[in-house]
Amino acid sequence: MVTGVFHLLWLVVALPAAGAAILLLGGRWAERWGRYLACALPIGSFVLSLILFSTLLGRDGNDRHVVQHLYTWIDTGHLTVRADLLFDPLSSLFLLLITGVGSLIHVYSLGYMAHDPRRTRFFAYLNLFVAAMLTLVLAENYLLLFLGWEGVGLASYLLIGFWQHKPSAAAAAKKAFVMNRVGDMGISLAIALCFTTFGSTSFAVVDAGAAHASRGAMTALGLLLLLGACGKSAQVPLQAWLLDAMEGPTPVSALIHAATMVTAGVYLMVRSNAVLDQAPAARTAVVVVAVVTLLWGAVIGCAKDDIKKVLAGSTMSQIGYMMLGAGLGPAGYAFAIFHLLTHGFFKANMFLGAGSVMHGMTGPDGEGDVDMRHYGALRRAMPVTFLTFAMGYLAIIGFPGFSGFWSKDKIIDAAWHEHWWIGALAMLGAGVTAFYMTRLMLMTFFGEKRWLQGVHPHESPRVMTGPLVVLAALSALGGLFLLGSWIQDYLAPVVGEPPAESAGLPAWLVSVLAVVVVAIGIAIAWLVFGRRPVPATAPEKVAWPITVARQDVYGDLINETFVVEPGRRLTSTLLQIDRYGVDGVLTGGPFAVGAFAGAFRKLQNGYVRSYALSFLGGGIVVVLALMVVNWQ
Amino acid sequence: MSSVTPYLVLSAILFTIGCTGVLIRRNAIVVFMCVELMLNAANLALVAFSRLHGNLDGQVTAFFVMVVAAAEVVIGLAIIMTIFRTRRSASVDDASLLKW
Repeated sequence: MVTGVFHLLWLVVALPAAGAAILLLGGRWAERWGRYLACALPIGSFVLSLILFSTLLGRDGNDRHVVQHLYTWIDTGHLTVRADLLFDPLSSLFLLLITGVGSLIHVYSLGYMAHDPRRTRFFAYLNLFVAAMLTLVLAENYLLLFLGWEGVGLASYLLIGFWQHKPSAAAAAKKAFVMNRVGDMGISLAIALCFTTFGSTSFAVVDAGAAHASRGAMTALGLLLLLGACGKSAQVPLQAWLLDAMEGPTPVSALIHAATMVTAGVYLMVRSNAVLDQAPAARTAVVVVAVVTLLWGAVIGCAKDDIKKVLAGSTMSQIGYMMLGAGLGPAGYAFAIFHLLTHGFFKANMFLGAGSVMHGMTGPDGEGDVDMRHYGALRRAMPVTFLTFAMGYLAIIGFPGFSGFWSKDKIIDAAWHEHWWIGALAMLGAGVTAFYMTRLMLMTFFGEKRWLQGVHPHESPRVMTGPLVVLAALSALGGLFLLGSWIQDYLAPVVGEPPAESAGLPAWLVSVLAVVVVAIGIAIAWLVFGRRPVPATAPEKVAWPITVARQDVYGDLINETFVVEPGRRLTSTLLQIDRYGVDGVLTGGPFAVGAFAGAFRKLQNGYVRSYALSFLGGGIVVVLALMVVNWQ
Repeated sequence: MSSVTPYLVLSAILFTIGCTGVLIRRNAIVVFMCVELMLNAANLALVAFSRLHGNLDGQVTAFFVMVVAAAEVVIGLAIIMTIFRTRRSASVDDASLLKW
């Protein structure tokens, strides 16, 4: 039922969308005040989301489901798609995360992009990004979700390639866009399958019909949705774009990695829980993809010297945990969302912190340095950045009490109950996470100074540290969501009740084991990077695992070998077939006629006598023919 | 052996001579004369058959052939003259530009 304040639901999307439109169309006119407007609008959306959220909380548990009908988008024959917005517990949490963290990133960008000549355009893209993501999570059917999905893809393309004068940034944007297209193909096929199976793409219809649909169709649907989620959420095998996406300005990385974009895949999986519940095979695929990705990303994070790439690897890994939660079914959905929220806090915190470090390490050439081997001992130079980053660090490694501890612990616990090897691998991932994050901390904030000449680290302006403090507090306290299993109960109307605790390892033992594994990871990192001075240039001679990890576990090479090269060969083959096969048939006829004429026109030699001979020959033939015909 | 047989034989001989002349001679005037010879051979055959059948059809046709031949001579000689004036040659093989 749409009542009272819920009539304003559309404004949540409309505000940032309007901001993007005004800033993009306003051009120079909006130059002076555009960025402040662009910050105010998502904040407005956030306030509105808070009001909507509290209103929803005031409702009875089963009544927390608001559908606002805007207009009929497509009405043609059997296909009717309504532009409806859905506000329920799941989308309400996303709304808060996107608008909340998004607003903080906007404010931070005021400081970070202060000297960029194209900052108005940057803020317009940020607003577009937020608006698209809000469309995605508020959509009531898969087609409208797809609209937001594509909008996010477009905005990410524009933002990753924002510094388009750098060829690497332009290439990274293109890579992200193309790899996302592969996933989008899965989504569009899934939408088509939805329509043929259920006659509608509405979540309500799909949720109601999933239980009665054929197992095969549900499995196909689940796998297609997984393909889409892999593209957007940078899961193996579509993970390679995420590391290159670091070419964008750092606030963009924070936005892509924390509040928007990569969480879309997890959202899609959890939103499609009714489909996944009917397709055990698809769920197994989700689990496999998730486990592979969480280790893959963690391995990459271990060997990178670029601070942003370490964080990118960790994002892949953490999204893997969320996908794992989603793949575990009703036992994991709520925890996937829980981890998504806490990850949104601590990852945004750390990315913005990394941006702050880069800002402080800006060399004489005006470029922010991202190489951690040029850092060291920054904890005194940048105390606020250090302390806030430390909160994010403690959260991501799962230090007891911090938000990441609660959320990751719950997923590992659920994984143990699913199967022991899933739990063991997830726990191994936690240990590796602790290793590379400790490495990052030690190389950046501890040890001795390895600063390049002309670099004078300094604390960032208030407008940048303010959001950091807020996010650090959220990273530390995000675990409160779990208080009295609040988040499970809150999400239960959407994702179903979690099953009763089954036999297996007791939860406290899993927690203790996880903490021990994390402690081992930290200890190894300290032995390698804390006790000895860190070389200022990356060592050349390293063991093969490090080489593999430095090459992103050969993600690009695999794509190049198994996709790009065969694709190139296929197109060139098709081109040859087209040129010599299809065109050959079409141009062969005229060519044969031409060749025939070329041979026979030689008869026209210009000599009257030979024409006369032809006459004579023809006459003789006619006479002979007459004689034959008239033969008595 | 009909009474017109010698005429027809003569006609055939004349035609063959004319035909051969057209095929093998290069001088346009001679070729032209050979063409006239063939026409007149045909006329002789027509008149001979007219005599054989006892009606005037063949003779009338022969008159038509003569009229056409006269017109043809006028045009043909004019062409030959023109070609000779421009090329200083009356050889039919020299006038072979109109070809492929």
